[in-house]
Amino acid sequence: MSAYKLLEKTTVCYHCGDAIMEETSPYQLDDHRFCCLGCQTVYQVLVQSDMQSYYRYNTHPGKSQKDAKADLSYLDEPNIVQKLVDYQDEDRSIITLYIPAVHCSSCIWLLEHLYKLNDAVLASQVDFMKKQASITFKSRQLSLRDLVELLTQIGYEPKITLQDVVKQGKTVNNNQLVAKIAVAGFCFGNSMMLSFPEYFGMDAFEKNYANFFGYMNLGFAVPTLLYSASDYFRSAWHSVKQRQLNLDVPLALGIFVIFLRTAVEVLSQTGPGFADTLCSLVFFILIGKWVQERTYHHISFERDYRSYFPVAVTVVGDGADQPVQIADLQVGDRIRVRNNEIVPADAILLKGRASIDFSFVTGESKVMSKSLGEIVYAGGRQVGEAIELEVVKPVSQSYLTKLWNNESFKQYEKKFDTFIGFISKYFTIGLVTIALVAATLWLVGGDPARAWGAFTAVLIIACPCALALSSPFTLSAALSILDRNKMYVKNTAAVEQMAAIDCIVFDKTGTISSPKSSTMLFEGNLSAYDRKLIHAVCRHSSHPLSREIVKWLSEHASLELTAFDEQVGKGIVAELDGHELKVGSRSFVVGSMANQDATEVYISVDGDLRGFFSLEQSWREGLSSVVHAFEEGYALHLLSGDNERRADALRAIFPQPSQLLFNQSPADKLYRVEAWQAQGLQVCMLGDGLNDAGALKKADLGIAVSDDINNFSPGCDAILDGASFDELPRFFAFAKDAVKVIHMSFAISLTYNIIGLSFAVQGTMSPLFAAILMPISTVTVISFTSLATRWFARRNRLV
Amino acid sequence: MNIIFFLIGCSILIALIFLGAFFWATRTGQHEDTYTPSVRILFEDEISQEGAKEETRKA
Repeated sequence: MSAYKLLEKTTVCYHCGDAIMEETSPYQLDDHRFCCLGCQTVYQVLVQSDMQSYYRYNTHPGKSQKDAKADLSYLDEPNIVQKLVDYQDEDRSIITLYIPAVHCSSCIWLLEHLYKLNDAVLASQVDFMKKQASITFKSRQLSLRDLVELLTQIGYEPKITLQDVVKQGKTVNNNQLVAKIAVAGFCFGNSMMLSFPEYFGMDAFEKNYANFFGYMNLGFAVPTLLYSASDYFRSAWHSVKQRQLNLDVPLALGIFVIFLRTAVEVLSQTGPGFADTLCSLVFFILIGKWVQERTYHHISFERDYRSYFPVAVTVVGDGADQPVQIADLQVGDRIRVRNNEIVPADAILLKGRASIDFSFVTGESKVMSKSLGEIVYAGGRQVGEAIELEVVKPVSQSYLTKLWNNESFKQYEKKFDTFIGFISKYFTIGLVTIALVAATLWLVGGDPARAWGAFTAVLIIACPCALALSSPFTLSAALSILDRNKMYVKNTAAVEQMAAIDCIVFDKTGTISSPKSSTMLFEGNLSAYDRKLIHAVCRHSSHPLSREIVKWLSEHASLELTAFDEQVGKGIVAELDGHELKVGSRSFVVGSMANQDATEVYISVDGDLRGFFSLEQSWREGLSSVVHAFEEGYALHLLSGDNERRADALRAIFPQPSQLLFNQSPADKLYRVEAWQAQGLQVCMLGDGLNDAGALKKADLGIAVSDDINNFSPGCDAILDGASFDELPRFFAFAKDAVKVIHMSFAISLTYNIIGLSFAVQGTMSPLFAAILMPISTVTVISFTSLATRWFARRNRLV
Repeated sequence: MNIIFFLIGCSILIALIFLGAFFWATRTGQHEDTYTPSVRILFEDEISQEGAKEETRKA
């Protein structure tokens, strides 16, 4: 055990737990080894401030620091700062920052002890589930930029995007609902206590108490009716006006009739009424509502281009560079975009070599190079050196923004008939009919008192409480199970929608291909002898691409080199066996500047071009098994913004009737999905980039596939972690099972209703009977749904 | 048996106090973050160099 621990200590980074590649890593301090300078620096900073406790709560609590840091100068601009902070006065500022790196108790400890690192931090509080830190600091001593730099330095870089600046659609507050549940629960408990004497039977001399208990009960029923249940009346009224009967109509009707009958009985002193039934009913259905609205995660599903864009961009001025807010960017401004930064507005390239990665916008996975004077559209990511551009269109008019604000991309009303919605149309009509028929029969029979009793009893006992609970409890249990398997569904309705899907559409780049792993491809012709030559040359290079090529060639026998010259960033010239071999970039081997691509390696032998290697993203693990599992029961299609480069490989994976469409623009994708929907298919779209955003919204179910769920993903109904991609068929099967559970629990609650109704129509229902039957049916349905959902989850191997 | 009116009055008053306490807790945000405080309580206040050494010796 101890030997194992020692081994682990020496091969992984003390800070982040990443494997240390080189045998003799230069990063070593106090007997600890680190994978990179970043991790070591964080350790050093913490040790200097006597904060080693960070490493005591968890082993390797840090996040790898290998990624490059972004430019933060925009945080010096007062008008940007003003929009980011929650509160600001002369010497104090409070800001809430989203910190994706928060993942363990050490993170909480460190972030809440920021004051040890810097005196100017007065207090900091972490909300672990939301990955947010609320920090109070003295803004005179510590600027926001310093604060963010401090956080970045210790490995907790906050994510600040344009969406933080343009704060829209604040979080929904469900405190109101909790308050209503509290009131209903309070009334329920008390009225039940006051009803017990009646249920257990009272002697004749105790009857004078009965009136007192009755009035008390009525008193508890009033706030339940007027406050706790008010939403149901509003919703029922709205739905009647719309002539679409939803489940709230019979609920509201039932609640109102219970109250009416209770009031009549208590005031006329003819009976105890049903106050406890009323309170318990409202209490249970409100809990069902709360369960339905509860979310298990704090991932935003409504992200748009604003969260993809940076807050500010560097504008090159006379003499000095200045960060400017994206919204204040003017036509004619000269901007500088560094490596890995995003071009925020359509602009003309003025200086530097631009190689733009547009994969997020168009789905085209190849890096495009632009020459001077060419227009670069907003949304592209610069790879390589810093470039300078002149803005030609304001941000709001840019190609990307326009695309987003396009009419066809607007929010679609997702018209989806849930099972409960479907049932409630007939339920209300059936219920009222039975009540009226029972009342009429008793009236004709000459017993008006019984007619009133039967009429109200039917509406009370058949109140679809259990039915109203079955769907939220089943679906939210399903939601949390999917959550645990890294499929984050927006709401319960989306789970039900998932079960109805019969057509699945995939995007290619980033969705079925993984951005993390890649494979070598060779285009051109290589003889067996050429392979030997290339192998001999690449074997001597430590460049990662050379290693990939050696792996791809898998030759053994090696030739002796007579000359070898490796030029950094360009390629290799070597002589062997009487031939001159050139291996490297296009400009190095061919001499042409066009079509630069960092991942392409050209090969020439004695000046004759043989072809090139290119590094392509490889398919996600389990793609063919996923496709195979979906083959039965689902129509499968592919919509790619990329060219047909790898169409043949995909045709081999996808079944015969599938349509594989390439070179699709974002609008094309949207119209395609629309066309399939017009054929009566329930379409599920899987995509990842902005180019899929329209299709994701238009589809009946839009699933964004992302390898880092904290990163940007377009607006959608569900976010799937790329690691769980191979489990997709099981998720869909499970969603179908969840709907099956709803159907079964509907049958159960209907059975209870029929038993209750058979008593109710005779006008002989006692309050005690109602007070027992109602909670029993509720408890049965809730426990059935929870057990059945778990059972199905286990059967689908999800728990 | 008239004492029963007084007893019921008392019990409802106490229940109302609890209801009020619950509202107060909700309004002051005590239900907003239910996870982090459970971790925070386990942190030791100040761990000095000596304290840390002592503990490793004990272990």
